[in-house]
Amino acid sequence: MNPIIKSILAPKFIFATLRVMTPILYPAIGVAVSALAGSVNIALEGIMLVSAFTGVIISAYTGSLWFALIAGVLAGVGMGAVLGYFHLNLKADIIIAAIALNMFASGITIFLLYILTHDKGTSSSIKSLVFPSYQIPLLKDIPVLGPMLSGHNILTYLLFVAIIAFYYIIYKTPLGLRIRAVGQNPEAAASVGIDVKKIRMYSLLLSGFFGSFGGLYLSMGYVSWFSRDMTAGRGFIAIAAASLGGNLPLGTFLGAALFGLVNAFSNFIAPLKIPSEFMQSIPYLTTVIVLAIYSINKSNKEKAALKEGAK
Amino acid sequence: MEKFIIKYFNLIRIIIAILIGVVISVVVIYIITKNPSLSFRSFFLGPFLSKGRFGDWIELSSPIILCGLAIAIPFQAEQFNIGAEGALFIGAAVGTAFAVSTHMPAVLHITTVLLVAGLTGAIWGFIPGILKAKWKTDELVISLMMNYVAYFLGLYLINYHFRDKAAGFLVSYKLPQTAWLAQFIPGTRIHLGVIIAFVFAILTYYFLYHTTTGYEIRTTGTNKNFARFGGINVFMVIVLSQVIGGFLAGIGGMTEVMGLSRRFNWQMSPGYGWDGVVVAIIGQNNPLFIILAALFLSYLRIGGQILNLLSDIPSEMVIVIQSLIILLITAEAFLQRFKNRITIREAKMKEVQNESDN
Amino acid sequence: MGPILSLKNIVKIYPNGVVANKGINIDIEENTIHAIVGENGAGKSTLMKIIFGEETAEDGEIFYQGEQVHFRNSLEAIDRGIGMIHQHLMLAPELTVAENMILGTEPIKFGIFLHSKKILEMTEKACKEFGFEVPLNKRVKDLPVGTRQRIEILKVLIRNAKLIILDEPTAVLTPQETEVLFKSLRDLQKRGKTIIFISHKLKEVKQIADRVTIIRDGKDIVTENAKNLNEHQIAELMVGREINFQRIPLPVNIGAPFLKVQNLTYINEENITKINNISFEVRKGEIVGIAGVEGNGQTELVEILTGLRQATSGHAYVNNEDITHLTPRQIREKMVAHIPEDRMQNGVAEHASIQENIIVDRYYKHPFSKGIILDWKYIENYTADLIKDFNILAQSGKTPVSALSGGNIQKVVVARELSFKPELIIADQPTRGIDVGSEEMVHDLLKDARDKGIAVFLISADLDEVLKISSRILVMYDGEIVAEFKNTEDITQEKLGPYMLGVKNQNKASVEES
Repeated sequence: MNPIIKSILAPKFIFATLRVMTPILYPAIGVAVSALAGSVNIALEGIMLVSAFTGVIISAYTGSLWFALIAGVLAGVGMGAVLGYFHLNLKADIIIAAIALNMFASGITIFLLYILTHDKGTSSSIKSLVFPSYQIPLLKDIPVLGPMLSGHNILTYLLFVAIIAFYYIIYKTPLGLRIRAVGQNPEAAASVGIDVKKIRMYSLLLSGFFGSFGGLYLSMGYVSWFSRDMTAGRGFIAIAAASLGGNLPLGTFLGAALFGLVNAFSNFIAPLKIPSEFMQSIPYLTTVIVLAIYSINKSNKEKAALKEGAK
Repeated sequence: MEKFIIKYFNLIRIIIAILIGVVISVVVIYIITKNPSLSFRSFFLGPFLSKGRFGDWIELSSPIILCGLAIAIPFQAEQFNIGAEGALFIGAAVGTAFAVSTHMPAVLHITTVLLVAGLTGAIWGFIPGILKAKWKTDELVISLMMNYVAYFLGLYLINYHFRDKAAGFLVSYKLPQTAWLAQFIPGTRIHLGVIIAFVFAILTYYFLYHTTTGYEIRTTGTNKNFARFGGINVFMVIVLSQVIGGFLAGIGGMTEVMGLSRRFNWQMSPGYGWDGVVVAIIGQNNPLFIILAALFLSYLRIGGQILNLLSDIPSEMVIVIQSLIILLITAEAFLQRFKNRITIREAKMKEVQNESDN
Repeated sequence: MGPILSLKNIVKIYPNGVVANKGINIDIEENTIHAIVGENGAGKSTLMKIIFGEETAEDGEIFYQGEQVHFRNSLEAIDRGIGMIHQHLMLAPELTVAENMILGTEPIKFGIFLHSKKILEMTEKACKEFGFEVPLNKRVKDLPVGTRQRIEILKVLIRNAKLIILDEPTAVLTPQETEVLFKSLRDLQKRGKTIIFISHKLKEVKQIADRVTIIRDGKDIVTENAKNLNEHQIAELMVGREINFQRIPLPVNIGAPFLKVQNLTYINEENITKINNISFEVRKGEIVGIAGVEGNGQTELVEILTGLRQATSGHAYVNNEDITHLTPRQIREKMVAHIPEDRMQNGVAEHASIQENIIVDRYYKHPFSKGIILDWKYIENYTADLIKDFNILAQSGKTPVSALSGGNIQKVVVARELSFKPELIIADQPTRGIDVGSEEMVHDLLKDARDKGIAVFLISADLDEVLKISSRILVMYDGEIVAEFKNTEDITQEKLGPYMLGVKNQNKASVEES
């Protein structure tokens, strides 16, 4: 068999995919939950950076993973709250406010990193913790599945909890129902007494909550340090993943998986000497094409409806 | 006085936002530094402390101006295309490729290289533009994605086909001298690209406010229905505004290559496209204000760099400050209550006056 | 049985000075279907909003179930058992029917989860109890309008409404769906509910209502048992008011047909026929007025004639040239002016200056621009002249439109549209919401235009306006032109009313006669 195909089919490939998609799916859920409420959060890049940084610093100073987790999550939720406050209370354009928050996050993390460690690049000079990886008993011994699914970081396992939690929140709780109602028809929601602003605020807080796990994973799992701008656009890729998936749980999962796959794929075909730049641009090109096809279809349907009416 | 406040409310708001930013910087510097006077001096006067730094300040403003214009034109048409970063990157990459593979006399070479870079950027504007105009695809997400496509394709082009293997870094071949933009003030890095940026800013101002197409763009932006009602081809305007934006960003990238490094040496995207968003917002999409905003932003940048060099405060403080300024400027309700109070007082006074007149 | 709701001397004045209700008194008897009828702008909707707590009255008292109430918002009204079905349905399209029904009052289990079993029970019970059949698990967007409306009613019922207000519920329904709705309303009445029903359609009022209140000019004219009034009487009471205007004299010189509409039909996205095979013409030197209740196809007609909407079939000709598929600019270049219905949406860019609003249809022409360069100096002088000629209260042409009053904004629109020497003026609600002085001026301008030999096509929901300035009147009802009159002294509101309200139809009458 062709060695390339063989390596792609190897369990290692799926393992890598899951690893790569972890810091994409978390923020993608964050984007999706905010988009469902009708106020798309494009500040996940910043939320992840702040959480990644907070987690590393707190773990280094307290030596406690729990404190790091709590602080990282609070930092992410706090960013969501700031965005919500500026957008909902001070009537800032949510897109521009989010762009500003992304800049803020990039600046403040490097700024503080330098103040604390006198290094602008990475936090490697301080000893921070990482979230543990686990081999799953029994599963790890199953031939193909074992190496695919076992041995991951705990945050990668939590990813599945997160997507299921997202599903449950959206479809099985009153909050989720209200989030969807507010996103689809805010007037209708308001007419039955739902506070639209409050629901949007909750969705942005949730958005920060989910996003923060992506950040924590980056600096305390994917690698074991914080480095400047380490999100490297994953917060934006998350927007693409969520829009590919129509902001729904399964779709968002598949969207993030696509990015994970392509990314892992580009590493695995390195021996083929296809320039990695090509491979890396594929997810973005895919998004452009899929979004274009999606909107072309939609507008064709609308036109068809008009024609139908003409008959 | 009160009338003045209402009339120039927006300007006042922006100035207050900037002042708040500056005050925060002062406080931060004061808290952190061991040597406040040196720090304040380097931060606030830094760009004036030497000729070279003054030059750096002016030079840095030029790509920011061009990207600010590139963002402002689509913004004026209410198009949220934030693809200046990608257009700049791919424009510079393709322009570099073209420049190192062609031989021409200087003036012609400069012009054609800039044109190639601009047109490449224009293609990057065209794609989100046509998708939006024809099928209402969200230009924000598409332009974001196109930034990454531009980044990777640009790198591919330079690293695989135009890489100077003798250089030791991942950089392109040096541009032939015919394609250089001269650094015309000795002791500084100020090059012809700076002139180009200022000229384009003035041209763009003229374009937006004194030509029929500029009028179409602005009218479409203020009320699309009205534009359609009046007979303006809104479809064309949506596409064109983004194409022009891409064109300017492409030129912005190319002038940096031609005037400063004389070869393509970006392995990371330089971020001018995002600075463009910042100055477009501070400058309220008006090209003349964008010049000021870009000078302001690059002043802070250079000040921050010097601060970083001479003291213990990282230059990223500037990024934090600029993001706070944008947050405040975009927050419509910020200071609104203050304005409302004045408006009400004004209205009451008018009433009293009317009554006493009667 | 006593009244469930008593309105005593309700007065509503909007901040802009419009008096919508001028002391309305109505008693709604419990367990009746009570129709409230009136022209556009008569004050019905405002009154309903006051009952439902969405607006507060300046004066007057509301008694509900025997005690005085002051609802501060609609939630308080809902809590007391009042429900309202808005004309624009308040549903989330991607949610299921059941989800929409229980939104805001979700039953929960384990503290945070939706109690799906209870939801099903509640919604099924409501459906069964009131005899409504709706597919509970389907998404709302996949259902026809009639079903969506039943969901709205169920939404109100599940919140235990005793008094249900329906704001023109049949406007969006097909005749079959209307039948179903009426049957449901009768059922609800049998189950003890009280229903307030707002409508323009007198046939329906006669068919469904026990009692009728007619509102005109913000006052209740009469409240009667429905069987004591016939449709003609209702129509006359709705529109019949004293004429307090002088009709402008009819034109002397009427020229050749300038606008010709032939067999024009428009069917919208929801498959509703908004314009049904209409033909008419407007000649030079006459004002043809379309009278009709809003929403009977006038908006669509104007948009088709000005290139903003594509007709489904048929043709329109300006000066014998087919304009059916031309762009707005191409049509304007045939010297067609358009005063739009909604001036803030289409007529102006409010944050732009007056001069930028004036040139929107001519900026590309000489002398406003030379090549691609705008001549601001010329534009400034030009605008200054228009500001003077049209009496626009503004400091200069650079003043933003948003700083002007409604009347002055309309003058900017009129100044633009009349200043490029049009040969056809399409004026859609040209005096809506503006002061008397500006209204007078617009009427004079249209008359002057007519006397200069310009063809004027007027669309107005204000019957007085139509009667005052039209040379010829067409009545539009349900997408058709149902009557045509030469405007003479004997044409009165009473005469037009029955046609506007669908009681009479010249076309059908002639068929019946022949």
